[in-house]
Amino acid sequence: MNENAAKHGVAIVVSAIIGLTEVALISGCSKPGDQTDAEQRFITIKGSDTMVHLVSNWAEAFMQNKPSIEVSVTGGGSGTGIAAILNGTTDICAASRKIKDQEMTQALQKGIHPREIAVARDGIAVVVHPDNPIGELTLEQLSRIFTRQSLRWSIVGGPDEEILVFSRESSSGTYVFFQEMVLNKQDYMRDAKLLPATSAIIQSVSTDQWAIGYVGLGYALAAKDKVKIIAIKGSDASAAVIPSDETVKSGRYPIARPLYFYLNGVPKGTVKEFVDFCLSAEGQAVVTDAGYVAVQ
Amino acid sequence: MMKVVWKEKAIKLMLFAAASTSILIVICIFVFVGKEAGHFAIEPGIKELLGSRWVPVSFQKESFGLLPLITGSLLVTLMATLLTIPFGVAAAVYIAELSRPSEREILKPFIEILAGIPSIVIGFFGLIVLVPLIKAGFGLSTGLTALAGAVLLALMAIPTVVSISEDAIRSVPASYKAASLALGASQMQTIWKVTVPAALPGIIAAIMLGIGRVIGETMAVMMVTGNAAVITASPFDSVRTMTATVAAEMGEVAFGSTHYRALFCVGLVLLLATFGLNMIAQRVLKKYRMG
Repeated sequence: MNENAAKHGVAIVVSAIIGLTEVALISGCSKPGDQTDAEQRFITIKGSDTMVHLVSNWAEAFMQNKPSIEVSVTGGGSGTGIAAILNGTTDICAASRKIKDQEMTQALQKGIHPREIAVARDGIAVVVHPDNPIGELTLEQLSRIFTRQSLRWSIVGGPDEEILVFSRESSSGTYVFFQEMVLNKQDYMRDAKLLPATSAIIQSVSTDQWAIGYVGLGYALAAKDKVKIIAIKGSDASAAVIPSDETVKSGRYPIARPLYFYLNGVPKGTVKEFVDFCLSAEGQAVVTDAGYVAVQ
Repeated sequence: MMKVVWKEKAIKLMLFAAASTSILIVICIFVFVGKEAGHFAIEPGIKELLGSRWVPVSFQKESFGLLPLITGSLLVTLMATLLTIPFGVAAAVYIAELSRPSEREILKPFIEILAGIPSIVIGFFGLIVLVPLIKAGFGLSTGLTALAGAVLLALMAIPTVVSISEDAIRSVPASYKAASLALGASQMQTIWKVTVPAALPGIIAAIMLGIGRVIGETMAVMMVTGNAAVITASPFDSVRTMTATVAAEMGEVAFGSTHYRALFCVGLVLLLATFGLNMIAQRVLKKYRMG
């Protein structure tokens, strides 16, 4: 899995470089957003860092089928992607959150009609150090752990050690999703350490014995031998559910969200082909391979 | 004949344009950053920046107090400086005064390589090696602390301090040393009582430039300081620096929002800090005719 990740990393960098060159080459003639004819040979996709891994896998598979078309994938965050759709500098925006009202208003002012397509689902796994005796938590306990200062593991039946809370940076779609769904819109505790990347959370949780953090399901499964995935109970009465492909898809695992593509208007030509490919059985198999959950 | 004069003038103009681009760019940056920060000063007002909480993404109430970020940057910078000075100056003294030519030929390039390592690579090193070491060494629950950031920053500032201090020490006239030695002072006495004091302005300027690099550094600090926006003076707490805040939040912020403008205010504070430090360093260098 790690080797795979490294390979994808290279692919992303390469496609990002190709993307930059392309933008430089074609910006003289027309913006990528304007190219709606069937002859379009370049597609640019920009947005969520959570989805970069998935989208570049889609792009690779798509380009294998259609070698004449080049797809360039860049990250930067869901907000960056939505801004790019508004400015007409990308064909497709990948977003791990819904478009905000403010952004929607801006879009309509610019004469752009963002169209939302759910392309995959992602479960958020809560992870702790492998030596932590705690194996399951309720949503209510999680909310308390992430919002209150200096709690100890003993409040959830663990040893008398202070809980060390790790979160993603506030720019992450995952941060906002977790805040909304698990923390019931409360603020994170002030001492929560905000790490810039999922890999940094995995690394820190795997070395700091009393730490807790959250990461995308795909990353958690890939790091299964380094961290322990917590089973989540929706309420005190319900059964604890371990996040997996199946439990996220069926909706039994409570911390899951859809991942979106945003387009300007109804997709046409090559962009439509790409979106259709992502939603096809072959495209959804890529989703599962990348550690996310299929929508269909 | 006329043609040659015209040609020379054209070339001169082109060279002048190239030389003055950087001035233009500095002015542009000030104007652009200042403009966005200015919007914030009007609405919601500068008072908002003086708060002690930085909570830019919230369903309750967003706060944009810069104090935790400024104290975070100060703490890390101060500790990095304390680590840099003894190492940097000692290394410069050795290379300039005591090393054999063969040693110098190995030491100098290696120090320069250290300066050239991308900060993200130093950050990786920090996260994988230094952070667990600090955790184990001080018996902490996590090694993601201000101290880890300071050590990494010191690593990045030391090359600057060494090269410039070394130049300063070398430019002390040989007659000073000769006079000192002739009066019967030992080599060590000469170095610490004559050469280093004479080179002090250059060494101070070197330290200033080193601090400039430290304040502006982003990636490595972001990876190892834990980035919790708390006001603290303890090296073993997590801190959030100004640079890390801008880098982490700029990507996702909605264009033109209050949060977006608050980040420009952070940028302006940083810009003024580094600008001030550079000015002081230039002054010091100029005053002693070393610039």
